[in-house]
Amino acid sequence: MFRDAVLVAGKDLRIEARSRVATNQVLPFAFLVLILFAFALDADRGQLATVAAGLFWVTVLFSGLLAVQRSFALEAGDDARDALRLSGLDGAGIFLGKAGAVAAQLLVLEVLLAAGVVVLYDVDLRGTAFLALICVLATAGIAAAGTVYGAVAAGLRVRETLLPLLFLPVLAPVLLAAARASEAVLGTTSTTMADAWPWVRLLGVFSTIYVAFGVVAFGPLLEEA
Amino acid sequence: MPPAAMPTAAMPVAVRFRAAVSLLGRFPALAGVDLDVARGEILLLKGPNGAGKTTLLRACAGLVGIVSGEAEVLGCDLTRDRRAVRRRIGLLGHGTFLYDELTVADNLRFAARAAGRPAADGAAAMERLGLAGRLHDLPVAKLSAGQRRRVALAAVVARRPELWLLDEPHASLDAAGRDLLDAIVREAAAAGATVLLASHELDRADHLATRRATVVGGQVQDGLLAVASPPEREPARVP
Amino acid sequence: MSTIGSRALGWSAAVGLALTAWMALVASPADVLQGDAVRLMYVHVPTAWLAMYLSFGVTTLASVLYLWKRTRRQFWDLVAGSSAEIGVVFIGLTLITGSIWGRPTWGVWWTWDARLTSTAVLFVLYLGYLAIRRVPAEPHVRARRSAIVALAAFVDVPIVHMAVDWWRTLHQEASVLDQRRLGDPQITGVMLFTLLLAVLAFTLLYFWLLVHRYRLARVEEEAEAARLEQALAERRAEGADTAPAAGGAAPEPDVEMTTS
Repeated sequence: MFRDAVLVAGKDLRIEARSRVATNQVLPFAFLVLILFAFALDADRGQLATVAAGLFWVTVLFSGLLAVQRSFALEAGDDARDALRLSGLDGAGIFLGKAGAVAAQLLVLEVLLAAGVVVLYDVDLRGTAFLALICVLATAGIAAAGTVYGAVAAGLRVRETLLPLLFLPVLAPVLLAAARASEAVLGTTSTTMADAWPWVRLLGVFSTIYVAFGVVAFGPLLEEA
Repeated sequence: MPPAAMPTAAMPVAVRFRAAVSLLGRFPALAGVDLDVARGEILLLKGPNGAGKTTLLRACAGLVGIVSGEAEVLGCDLTRDRRAVRRRIGLLGHGTFLYDELTVADNLRFAARAAGRPAADGAAAMERLGLAGRLHDLPVAKLSAGQRRRVALAAVVARRPELWLLDEPHASLDAAGRDLLDAIVREAAAAGATVLLASHELDRADHLATRRATVVGGQVQDGLLAVASPPEREPARVP
Repeated sequence: MSTIGSRALGWSAAVGLALTAWMALVASPADVLQGDAVRLMYVHVPTAWLAMYLSFGVTTLASVLYLWKRTRRQFWDLVAGSSAEIGVVFIGLTLITGSIWGRPTWGVWWTWDARLTSTAVLFVLYLGYLAIRRVPAEPHVRARRSAIVALAAFVDVPIVHMAVDWWRTLHQEASVLDQRRLGDPQITGVMLFTLLLAVLAFTLLYFWLLVHRYRLARVEEEAEAARLEQALAERRAEGADTAPAAGGAAPEPDVEMTTS
């Protein structure tokens, strides 16, 4: 299973390196969202730092949606399910590989986006190790749940509208937990760093559950028609 | 061209379908297929468009669900588990199943490794199909349709499958490519692999095939093998 | 369930609901604080309990039973879908009655308290489930895919509850609007009886709806099976034609692929 996962993750990341969709399209999209939020919320009112954590995670969530869509779109176009199934690779391995590649891309995006938030929203960065933990756990959850629903939607004609409908409600608690935890660590609201721990635990639970679910369910989900 | 030995039902069977029905959405693409293919055979599937040739090949690849009837490929029961057979088959379909952004070399390496073969098999396939020169570093998207077909064929070669499923393999290939394909198919069959080929290019494919069957209306005519009757036992001709 | 059985169920549900309506609107007292608005509770609480626990519980259980090889029958798939549809309707009712109740009581149409928010997320989660059930596919394929999505949604439900609950307990200033405080402590005597009666009546209604929705789904599936028989015959007849027809009425499969 792990051998297959590494093979698939390597393949996905190599494709990304060649096509640069994440760097040329998803990353600018994320920054554009940050800028648009500043317009919408009127940057001069001085609230941007307080809402920065929430906006950051909303942006990551939407970027994650794009990353997952791309992860399945690159699978030989409309033959998405066929190509993966014909390879003969183990379903669990494919899941871990694809989710892993999505997670890796999201983590890179988060680092750059964090720099953007610090600069554009005037946020003081504290507790970076803690923030890194939050990012890793939240990203694992987003990538895992996203890849599961990506498999459900892959190859269907309605996939572009179906995937957000499935993906976003499930990830609502991740958004909530990640935003509250980040705020607690950054001290942008009245919560303290210690308040972050229950949220971090929730992120851990979510990620574990959805990674396990994906490992089990991804193979059967691909085996449709 | 008469085959060397008449295939019979007594020989080991690579593919066995009995009254197999398969649906595409709600449409019965396969409406009760009876088919036997002995190992080492090269079976040509003829038939009009929409008859179900592609679906039959995909069913043998384990890609399509068998709703009723029996279906067994290389000893694996497709009605129970379709996944087991996939590493042992190679499908050359209408789509190429290649990754457009990766190079020829990368695609073949991935195809070989995914089937559990060493990466060197991918390189060997590349050589065999004449792709090792200036083409091997190009992303697949930059190749012509004929060249892409060669890469797709190389991907099948790299996997060294026991059962080859070729859907209109001669299409888009130039004359040299077609000769190469024929040679590869003959070599594979000689080495013990079984080949199912669906084609409209009847002249070409007919020379290649050891047996022919027609697919019409989701069913196969002449799909079953004759029951064994050794030549010595044939009734003596009455003069 | 036989027709007599379901008729009995239907009548008892109707009687129960009529009785509840009378008790709720006439016989039970108005609340000291909230006045007549509290009567909405008799709809809001039962629909909430029905949707969240009963309907989606049945959907989840039926999905598990469908996925487990030993109990796999189309019956469970149809039950899961029917129950989810009823559940979504009831959740919609819960949200609407909650909103209407909130307006005169707290002065706002909506408040971000734990229960309402979780309910809203749940609503959208199961809308997604219904959406995936609508995608046309071969019955077994659609059933298995929906069952897996139902489980994925179910797994998320406790997490959503936990998260939203913590979120709201952190914001103590919102607790003045905490729905929990408003309804429960005052409920005794006649009000309690009416509430329980309402729950019972709505539960009977749920089962009656489930039986009928299931029957409808079953009839749809049988119609499809009959159509399949005919499609098979047409397909085989293609071979008999001297000039092969273009495959008859072949409905486009939802998955995009070429055929030959």
